[in-house]
Amino acid sequence: MNRRGAPRARLAVLHVVVVALLLTLLGRLWQVQIMSGAAYEEAAVETRVRQIALPALRGQILDREGRPLVANRSLPVVSVDHMALRDQPDGGRAVLTRLAGVLGQSYADLAAKTRLCTREVPRPCWPGSPYEPIPVTADVDVRTAFQIMERAREFPGVSTGLQPIRSYPYGTAAAQVLGYLQPAPREEAAPKDATGVTMVGRAGLEAVYERDLAGTPGRRLVAVDSAGRVGRQLRQTDPVPGNDLVTSIDADVQQLAEQALGRATRRAGDGGAAVVMEARTGRVVALAGAPTYDPNVWTGGITTAEYERLFGAEGGRPLLARAVAGEWAPGSTWKVVSASAAINAGYSTTAWYDCPGSYRVGARDFRNYRGLDLGPMDIRKALVVSCDTIFYRFAEELWRRDGGLSPVARPADVMQRTARAFGFGEPTGIDLPGEAAGRVPGRAWKKARAEGAATEAERREAATWWPGDAANFSIGQGDVLVTPVQLARAYAAIANGGTLFSPRVAQRVQRDGEVVREIEPQVVGRLPVSAQVLAYIRSALADVTRVGTAEEAFKGFPRAKLAVAGKTGTAEVAGRRDTSWFASFAPAASPEYVVVVMVSQGGKGGDVAAPVAREIWAGMYGLEDPR
Amino acid sequence: MSAARAAYRERGGTWRRPFALRVVDRLKRPDWVLYGCAAALTLTGLLLIWSATRPGLIQQGGDPSWFLRRQGIAAGIGVALMVLIARSDLRILRAYVPMLYVVALLGLAVVLSPLGSTVNGSKSWIVLGGGVQFQPSEFAKLALVLGVAVPLGELRDGERRPGVGALLLALVLAALPALLILAEPDLGTALVFVAMTAGMVLVSGVRKVWLGALAAAGVGVAALAWFLGLIRPYQLQRLLVLADPDADPLGAGYNAAQAKIAIGSGGFSGQGLFRGGQTAGEFVPEQHSDFIFTVAGEELGFVGAGAILVVMLALLWRGLRIAARSVTPYGTVIAAGTVCWLAFQTFVNVGMTLGIMPIIGVPLPFLSYGGSATISGLVAVGLLQAVHRQVGRGMP
Repeated sequence: MNRRGAPRARLAVLHVVVVALLLTLLGRLWQVQIMSGAAYEEAAVETRVRQIALPALRGQILDREGRPLVANRSLPVVSVDHMALRDQPDGGRAVLTRLAGVLGQSYADLAAKTRLCTREVPRPCWPGSPYEPIPVTADVDVRTAFQIMERAREFPGVSTGLQPIRSYPYGTAAAQVLGYLQPAPREEAAPKDATGVTMVGRAGLEAVYERDLAGTPGRRLVAVDSAGRVGRQLRQTDPVPGNDLVTSIDADVQQLAEQALGRATRRAGDGGAAVVMEARTGRVVALAGAPTYDPNVWTGGITTAEYERLFGAEGGRPLLARAVAGEWAPGSTWKVVSASAAINAGYSTTAWYDCPGSYRVGARDFRNYRGLDLGPMDIRKALVVSCDTIFYRFAEELWRRDGGLSPVARPADVMQRTARAFGFGEPTGIDLPGEAAGRVPGRAWKKARAEGAATEAERREAATWWPGDAANFSIGQGDVLVTPVQLARAYAAIANGGTLFSPRVAQRVQRDGEVVREIEPQVVGRLPVSAQVLAYIRSALADVTRVGTAEEAFKGFPRAKLAVAGKTGTAEVAGRRDTSWFASFAPAASPEYVVVVMVSQGGKGGDVAAPVAREIWAGMYGLEDPR
Repeated sequence: MSAARAAYRERGGTWRRPFALRVVDRLKRPDWVLYGCAAALTLTGLLLIWSATRPGLIQQGGDPSWFLRRQGIAAGIGVALMVLIARSDLRILRAYVPMLYVVALLGLAVVLSPLGSTVNGSKSWIVLGGGVQFQPSEFAKLALVLGVAVPLGELRDGERRPGVGALLLALVLAALPALLILAEPDLGTALVFVAMTAGMVLVSGVRKVWLGALAAAGVGVAALAWFLGLIRPYQLQRLLVLADPDADPLGAGYNAAQAKIAIGSGGFSGQGLFRGGQTAGEFVPEQHSDFIFTVAGEELGFVGAGAILVVMLALLWRGLRIAARSVTPYGTVIAAGTVCWLAFQTFVNVGMTLGIMPIIGVPLPFLSYGGSATISGLVAVGLLQAVHRQVGRGMP
């Protein structure tokens, strides 16, 4: 077999090649499994294990009697899986069209609800994770839900299930105070929480007390396969339900205030607010806003039209909690501040001052309301009949005392200081989001606003605190802005002897009826007004409903049973109708509650806002049938 | 047949060897190590296929052992054919080679005709109906081994090595099926043909000059294919992914990445049979067929997967031993071609699951799911046994 010498050598080559190939594989196997096995094992767990958040049942929001303003209920909800839709050949168009037919919605609405929110995509859109099922409708009837379940093949990526949602036993009551829930944005949810809807409070009490209400979501670790199908469960931690929030809202008073305000704003004005507060504690009993909305729109996805109505200016901004977030000139309700300032500055409470038809300030005549000459009167009567010219005089004289156009080094600015001491110009610190600060204009404010004027002359002109500014300030006009809640707590301070509160809507957090935490309105200041002067002002305000500017509004009111003290306000707004105010407290002798009503573009305070307040008072004390 | 017995007969004696010795003789004939290795690998393959397909079938509400049973039937047919071939005389087989070769070519041609079916982008199947289908390219491997071995292994009198004519004939015989398969297109199987032919030419003893020329031509053809743009984009993508596996983790790199994760998570001793999370979760596509090694990697760990490679090496080593001991050049070339076939497929298949070879669809011999491949692999073992058998027979 000598002839086979060459093949033998060649076969040896083949031996070497085969052994080399197999050893290469063995070496690589060692490298992958032993040397970097741990890393791959980690990668395997990452691809294989998903965390599913188990939402905790959110706590209820109760009124002061323990009646639920916000509760939970389970609804058949139809949800759409964005990822499954995307995997469809036509991007889910056919499925959504079919679904729209079954649900009686339009395809465009469904498509808008199920697209993901990005910077370019306008709302409505889905702000949550693409891995979460997107609820497209709540409150489907059971038959429709079954229909979708039975025809699962026609609806890939569409699921039906029971979902706990917020329910509102009192309908629209306190909608803006309670707030609403929205899915947590993707950035806020941990990236590993690929599934599970996390709803968080986005407005109102739901947002402020999010941590109390939310509870702690549980987690379930499950094994999934490459198609995302869930296999066996690995571990589970149960969710801890949220705590209940007890508010000082009285559901009855809240509804009463909303109905009265709603009737008034439908007759006149473009919106309004009403605040009912405990005078001695700073607790909010009712906080109404008009127009309002039905908080049930938030469950089950929101349609484009609903969204427009809620957020568009044309819909009247029903989401805005006007009592807290809205600012208006206070008009004559402000005169309690001016009167206090004047008395503190030395004007006698017993002296008589003239109330002419107009008063000359600088180069301009500042007219009384309707130019009426009311003759001489004391400060008390000036409040009752709401004389403007007396306060113009105080303001102008005080302005002169501070040096006029060339102010002294440290002007007293009595009016401004008093206004700040009444809690204006800064947020009250109420437990609601989006609170406005209001505005107490003065020299510093004008100077700051003048920055950026085109020329030096203009700047100087704009930076000057003119005597006219001071006059306007004294009657709550010009640049003065307050929120209804600010005014309410200022009147509460007058009513309770001078204590200024940071109001609270919530009064305690409780769990299964046991108190977890008490929430007390904070005392943030005292009015710089003596008890005698406060009593003087209170007695003046008590006459307003009897013989003053609210006499007409309170005609026939059972004064013997409940004496209401108050002050009307009619604030002029350039280019718009007057803002109508009525700030009141009762019983006048020993005040328990404060009611402040504001109707934007409503007209005279005594004509529009005061009757609303009268309805609220009558309803609260059960005095007369609502008109 | 033992020499002692032949001599005894020549002397006219009628002595028969005792029964016990005759049993030993019979048992010595086949290469039992080779059989053992093939059996071990096939049985392991069945287990792994079961593990890989069971969860998915349960999920779909199907029969959990559907793939297992089909593979079992294929293995049964394969074993029967293997034994049949192993017990046949190489010279008788040789008589059928022309017919076998033509049938194989026809099969490949039919695949390209409208009678063929497309699976995973390759037109490589003939569906017979009733759930029976086969891949002619797998049987063409057998035809190629036997066919190409004819010119390379049957030397004319006085020749010590195949001449130019024989070499060219061998190349033509190899090129015809290879081109048909390339047209399917099935680059992987075509490359297996190239590897087999190269091995057979190498051991046939052709002059080194011709070997060099062939190697140069091979490089030339590859370069030409590259510059003429015959490499398809997805093939290029797979090559690029090999260089940078993270480049496209959900596209071309997905298979590679998931395969490595599955194998890597097995560690030293594995997750245990039927306990692989990656396997149960069906993260590796085509896991029961081309990526069956990932199941071994995850569930059996380095110990099990390494053992598979060692057994495979033993099988190949046995095949090379048979090639070296063959008394005819024809047997040597057949055995070498078979070894090259199995070795190349093993390296490419396992290499791609380990990320050192591009994703080329060739099955892992004896282990991957697939009737045609399982049968042809076992028949290849039968072929090695047939070559081994002639050793004992003392062919002239």
